[in-house]
Amino acid sequence: MKIEVLGTGCAKCITLEKVVKEAVAKSGKFAQIVKVDDIMKIMEYQVVSTPALVIDGKVVSSGKVLSVDEVVALIK
Amino acid sequence: MWYELSKEFVYVVIGLQGRVAEASHFFIYDTIKIWFLLLSVIFAVSFLRSWVNTEYVRAHLQGKSSLYGHVGASVFGIITPFCSCSAIPLFLGFIQARIPIGVTFSYLISAPMNNEIAIAMLFGIFGWKVTSIYILFGLGVAILGGWLIGKMGMEKEILMDVKPIEGELEASLVKRSLKERAKEAWSYTLDIFKKIYIYVMIGVGVGAWIHGYIPTDFIASYTGEGNPFAVIIAVLMGIPMYSNAAGVMPLIEVLTSKGMLLGTALSFMMAVTALSLPEALILKKIISLKLIGIFFAIVGSGIIAIGYLFNIIL
Repeated sequence: MKIEVLGTGCAKCITLEKVVKEAVAKSGKFAQIVKVDDIMKIMEYQVVSTPALVIDGKVVSSGKVLSVDEVVALIK
Repeated sequence: MWYELSKEFVYVVIGLQGRVAEASHFFIYDTIKIWFLLLSVIFAVSFLRSWVNTEYVRAHLQGKSSLYGHVGASVFGIITPFCSCSAIPLFLGFIQARIPIGVTFSYLISAPMNNEIAIAMLFGIFGWKVTSIYILFGLGVAILGGWLIGKMGMEKEILMDVKPIEGELEASLVKRSLKERAKEAWSYTLDIFKKIYIYVMIGVGVGAWIHGYIPTDFIASYTGEGNPFAVIIAVLMGIPMYSNAAGVMPLIEVLTSKGMLLGTALSFMMAVTALSLPEALILKKIISLKLIGIFFAIVGSGIIAIGYLFNIIL
């Protein structure tokens, strides 16, 4: 499983990345977590509000910081 | 009710007298009132906005007429969240969807100006009349400002090469249950509240001190009719204060009660929210300084014009 956190380095994006790491640890799944800062790559996902979360190439959330439990539910 | 309770508390329970009592009464009353309003207004706004996200706005504005585009972008700016940190993806995303640069700016002016914190503070402090004037004229600046920038043909001032998306984007509202929306709105409200409650206290505290100790003549002579440049100075002072709208507004309440003209106060508040230095620095990565300058100049002069207009008619 590949999880991407899209964001250009704002405070919220860093928080989301932390949340994702926690969620992956909590769920016990094996997942690759990638932080995407390149604005052009972010645009390719059709996302206009950061931070956004992409799981296996699919945008599952944008414009907000999710809670650990919400991310756990998304990666299950 | 709050008013009597806090008065009772200060004068009877603690037994304070004179100026100290007046200032503490003002502090307690105002802090609690503003906190309560912040919680309720932010909750209401975030609940409403759980239907619409920025992606929806983009798809909705795509391929619309110029008039609809400017008005629509400005109105959507009220109900969608905006953080200066997502200004870049937003700007490029709109251009990518072939939304004209002027319409994009209408949105970019309206969204931070009509943010939930500013609206809640205004509503709590000045009531619904001033809040509606603020929103209405704020929309005016966003529509006209965006239109003007669009007319100037600024497309070449975008420093990045954006490939337009082919075809129509699909616009769909966010689907969730009411309970989920309410839960999410509440956790968002608490998040914001945790960030700003202390600024409200500081702002009200300084305001209480001014309220109790600084004579009215002093403030009126600097910010009232005695100073014809008050509006311009207020706008310039508002630019670096974006993140502190919550702390700044209680101060404005006291200043207006002590003789600052309402137009000057309105301009100042608009400058605090609409002209943000951090946003300009972020946008500098993707648009030229010239365009940022034009953007600030147009919005700034619009706000100044509103200030003078209200000082004359109110």
